[in-house]
Amino acid sequence: MRRRFEVVVMLKPGMADPQGTAVEDALPTMGWGGVSDVRVGKHVELTVEAGSEEAARALVEEIAGRLLSNPVIEEYRILSVEDVG
Amino acid sequence: MTGPRVAVVTFPGSLDDRDALRAVRLMGGEPVPAWHADDGLRGADAVILPGGFAYGDYLRTGAIARFAPVMDAVRDHASRGAPVLGICNGFQILCEAGLLPGALTRNAGLAFVCRRVHVRCETSRTPVTAGVAPGEILEVPVKHGEGRYVAEEVTLARIEEEGRVVFRYCSSAGELGEAWNPNGATNHIAGVCNEAGNVVGLMPHPEHAVDPDVGPTGGQPLFDSLLQSVLARV
Repeated sequence: MRRRFEVVVMLKPGMADPQGTAVEDALPTMGWGGVSDVRVGKHVELTVEAGSEEAARALVEEIAGRLLSNPVIEEYRILSVEDVG
Repeated sequence: MTGPRVAVVTFPGSLDDRDALRAVRLMGGEPVPAWHADDGLRGADAVILPGGFAYGDYLRTGAIARFAPVMDAVRDHASRGAPVLGICNGFQILCEAGLLPGALTRNAGLAFVCRRVHVRCETSRTPVTAGVAPGEILEVPVKHGEGRYVAEEVTLARIEEEGRVVFRYCSSAGELGEAWNPNGATNHIAGVCNEAGNVVGLMPHPEHAVDPDVGPTGGQPLFDSLLQSVLARV
């Protein structure tokens, strides 16, 4: 069974995010008001072939924890899982 | 009679490997070019991970380089107490590999900084600062977009307490302040070491600062210390 995963990696709350700040600062200059707490992260999609959903998810957890994110500064969450046949 | 053998690892995307090899030679050592796919360090006494953008720095700086085949040898070398020096991207790789505490994140001002800075040596306990007195100020260049040192609070407290901050950005007179901190690094940290002191990482580039014809010479005492430390180990 092949499954498609979406993983989102974000800087931990409280960790300064200069990219988010730069985007936030750009908003009023373009006429958009009332927007705050802009954070920029990474979105990773991957397809995993494994015997079961549990096995596939365990593999993605490992990849997300060891490679896709750095636990010192980032956290990750698995957004969705979809069967792709 | 040749000097201490210092390996410089070239990753795909390394930029400063040649300058590091040249600095080793100028300072009296024997430069040993090494390759990311090597499974050893070619009999070197010390190893340098140079600056650049290893594996394109995709995902995060150093995130993929830490899994390079040569990193097992670097890890072994470090665990034997032999000197390991990570410069800029090399520092980022050592942090990602867990050989040094903390992480390097995007500069506070978002801009890539490329200029000369001063750093204050904070400890003589490492092989690259053994011949440098604490408080001594060195002029060296920085050039990075992601050099802001951060660490979890408990880690930061621990490395401060254990004297593992090796360099801080400072004024030419040694004062600390935001004006002299090029990237917003926590506690003005420019370099740190591991618990044993033999693994050192720093963002500034001592390898670009050994030749008086082309710039400052703040790198000289660091390379000199590294080579002397190797001789003292033999």
